[in-house]
Amino acid sequence: MDTNQIAPAHAATQHRDDFGSKMGMWLFLFTELILFGGLFIVYMVYRIQYSEAFHFAAKELNLALGTLNTIILLTSSLTCVLALVALQKGNKALSIIFLILTKLLAVGFLVIKGFEWGAKISHGIYPGSAELANKENGEIIFFGLYYSMTGLHALHIIIGLVILSFSLVFIIRNKVTPTNYIKLETAGLYWHLVDIIWIFLFPLFYLLH
Amino acid sequence: MEDTTAIEHKHIPSYGNNILIWLTLLSLTCVTVAVAGLDLGPYILLTAMVVAAIKSALVINVFMHIKFDDPIFKLFFTVVIITLFVLFTITAFDVLYR
Amino acid sequence: MSNTASPTYKSFYDYKGKYTGILGWILSTDHKRIGLLYFWSMLSFFLVGVTLGFLMRFEMLTTGPTIMQPQMYNAVFTLHGIIMIFLFIIPGIPAGFGNFLLPIMIGAEDVSFPRLNLLSWWLYIIGGTIAVASLFLSGGPIDTGWTFYIPYSIRTSTQVVLPLIAAFILGFSSILTGINFITTVHRLRAKGMTFFKMPLFVWSLYATGWIQIIGTPIIGITILLVIVERTFGVGLFDPAMGGDPILFQHLFWIYSHPAVYIMILPAMGIVSEIIPTFARRTIFGYKAIAFSSLAIAFVGTLVWGHHMFTSGMSDTARWIYSLLTFIVALPSAVKVFNWVATMYKGSIKMSAPFAFVMAFIFLFSIGGLTGLILGAVSTDVHLHDTYFVVSHFHFVVFGGAGFMFFAGMHYWFPKLFGKLYNDKVALWSVLILTIGFMMLYFTMFILGYEGMPRRYYDYLPQFHTLHVVATVGSWVLISGIILMLTNLFIALRKGKPAGNNPWGGLTLEWQTQSPPPFENFDYTPEVIYGPYDYEHFDEIINNGH
Repeated sequence: MDTNQIAPAHAATQHRDDFGSKMGMWLFLFTELILFGGLFIVYMVYRIQYSEAFHFAAKELNLALGTLNTIILLTSSLTCVLALVALQKGNKALSIIFLILTKLLAVGFLVIKGFEWGAKISHGIYPGSAELANKENGEIIFFGLYYSMTGLHALHIIIGLVILSFSLVFIIRNKVTPTNYIKLETAGLYWHLVDIIWIFLFPLFYLLH
Repeated sequence: MEDTTAIEHKHIPSYGNNILIWLTLLSLTCVTVAVAGLDLGPYILLTAMVVAAIKSALVINVFMHIKFDDPIFKLFFTVVIITLFVLFTITAFDVLYR
Repeated sequence: MSNTASPTYKSFYDYKGKYTGILGWILSTDHKRIGLLYFWSMLSFFLVGVTLGFLMRFEMLTTGPTIMQPQMYNAVFTLHGIIMIFLFIIPGIPAGFGNFLLPIMIGAEDVSFPRLNLLSWWLYIIGGTIAVASLFLSGGPIDTGWTFYIPYSIRTSTQVVLPLIAAFILGFSSILTGINFITTVHRLRAKGMTFFKMPLFVWSLYATGWIQIIGTPIIGITILLVIVERTFGVGLFDPAMGGDPILFQHLFWIYSHPAVYIMILPAMGIVSEIIPTFARRTIFGYKAIAFSSLAIAFVGTLVWGHHMFTSGMSDTARWIYSLLTFIVALPSAVKVFNWVATMYKGSIKMSAPFAFVMAFIFLFSIGGLTGLILGAVSTDVHLHDTYFVVSHFHFVVFGGAGFMFFAGMHYWFPKLFGKLYNDKVALWSVLILTIGFMMLYFTMFILGYEGMPRRYYDYLPQFHTLHVVATVGSWVLISGIILMLTNLFIALRKGKPAGNNPWGGLTLEWQTQSPPPFENFDYTPEVIYGPYDYEHFDEIINNGH
């Protein structure tokens, strides 16, 4: 190797690797998938063990609110992907509108979830309550799972909201543009994952009649 | 270092396609809720899971564009799903036969 | 690449970034600096773990209390486990050497996500700090053993939640490293560096990255559930409320068994680097070794149940796990045979790194074969929770991963610091380490099959002699460690300059300066030959690949 080649300029490291960013995000999503996968294993084991009690306990849940929340979350996924499409087509304003819509739907989801939890708690059904302690073991487990799984999911919604807020700021400040939209795309991937988790949670808790 | 430019999209992003998928997702939700009302006995869980799998496949393929992306993502995803599936199966071997 | 440095050469130590002094290290996104940060922090935790192990062995010198009370002993073995496993050996080789070397070995300037890389070091430090801080907070040091088995871990009054949070954060850090490595391997390979021209250390890190991604989230959720259980009493694992403690064991081992492969696979990668370099031969069965890493990663994910043969699993599950456990021995054996075959007819140069590899093959084979004894249900029922298990584990993890951490330290020391150490002293330290190791842990095999249970504070008089032998062995082992580290510290201050390629290695890290410049190469590397192509030795050395 001759020595007349000068060290590469520092600017060379600033290159963009959108493909790499997307790969990193997917790998991260796999860890999220497996995180919830562990919970689903727990669910499976107890559903095998206490299938009667699960059916009985599930009657306490509000199917109408559950379905409404499913629709809200699916719609938010749509607006999220449309925000990306709008940006790719160069329509920054529309993209911002879709993104704000996504966030509003997410907040709506959380509010409804809050009402659901509130109703349960006011009926005395929450971990460690005297009401629950009198029930069968299978029902205690069902509500333990219900609170853990929907709680962790709600936590992901909140994280998703934060990520979407960052994307919104990036778009407004032109850090994310019609030619450089990988940050919005990966944020969207995260949001869709949260949606997928709910697609499975919904029938496992609400559709047990 | 290989190509570091933005990913070339083989498909043109469109509103209509995504809205179509959304409508399908909503109708599948209605279907799964309606079916749950019927007394299907042991098939309740199966139908619910099949519908959920179809719904998530739609989200992953279209909303998350894995269908239009580099095949490596599909490969990764398959590996992860298979692993997860095997984890479920061999855990079940303990619980079912205990 | 000639050995004389180019006029513009400036090592990464001298590179002036945005920050200087200590900030230039702890805020640096340079993978080499992060690798060294990991290296030094892990070495410190390792020494703490060694001290705890020393205390534990000292306690076992006589029957009854020797230097501590039973509760203290419980805390000491728990902490020894947590520190050694979560803070030393799991991040050990990948986060330390992997960070420093992976980008160089594939001819990249840095990893794919340098800032994420820095974040994972910070998470590691935060997790480590919380783990240590938990000792001094309400409740006192955790006494559950590093396995946190339920129901004891939700009943004990000691501080359990904080160590669990620490383990969660450390797991997150490990995941970020895994994501970074996999993306880097896919995206940043130099021109001509195909997957099958990658050094085998990189292959093993790649396989490790996948285990980190697939396994670690399970321990994450398990830890979260135990925390929720302790705080809110949801009943998911509590038998009093219908929960299933065996399910906890399932979830715990779904991660914690593959974690053993997170420890051992990179170690095997180091073996595959050192043997060709010191035997001057192309590695035998390159593809077999590469694929066996992936096979170990996959099958290793499915064998966790062999930790639970006596916990009340179904018989069906027991034979399935036993069978899978035997299968995982195959790819491991493939590697060992290939390494030995590589040495055949080689012109071997006996230096410290190679001596470590010899010790590794010896100790790891014993560890692996006793693993089969434990993997068979019939024998495991008798040996479960005895010193036999403790010994097997230490043969694999200390004799395997730990010794290869030392080997890596000696092999890459010239590259990391640009200095040479005294090889003769290093060889002596290998000998002392191995003798101490055998005295300490082989004795434990005998203690184990004679019936000495693990984690017991006291023992019957008939075990006394062997316990004394083991304790003396621990002293020999520790003196070996002290000799080895002293030798390296002296070299750090007074060692002779190493030159670019002291061992005559052919992988890319030897084709740049020692220590490497800021972005690793002052030329753009292009790969033509395989990583161990000693037939083209002269061309590679003269042309820089």
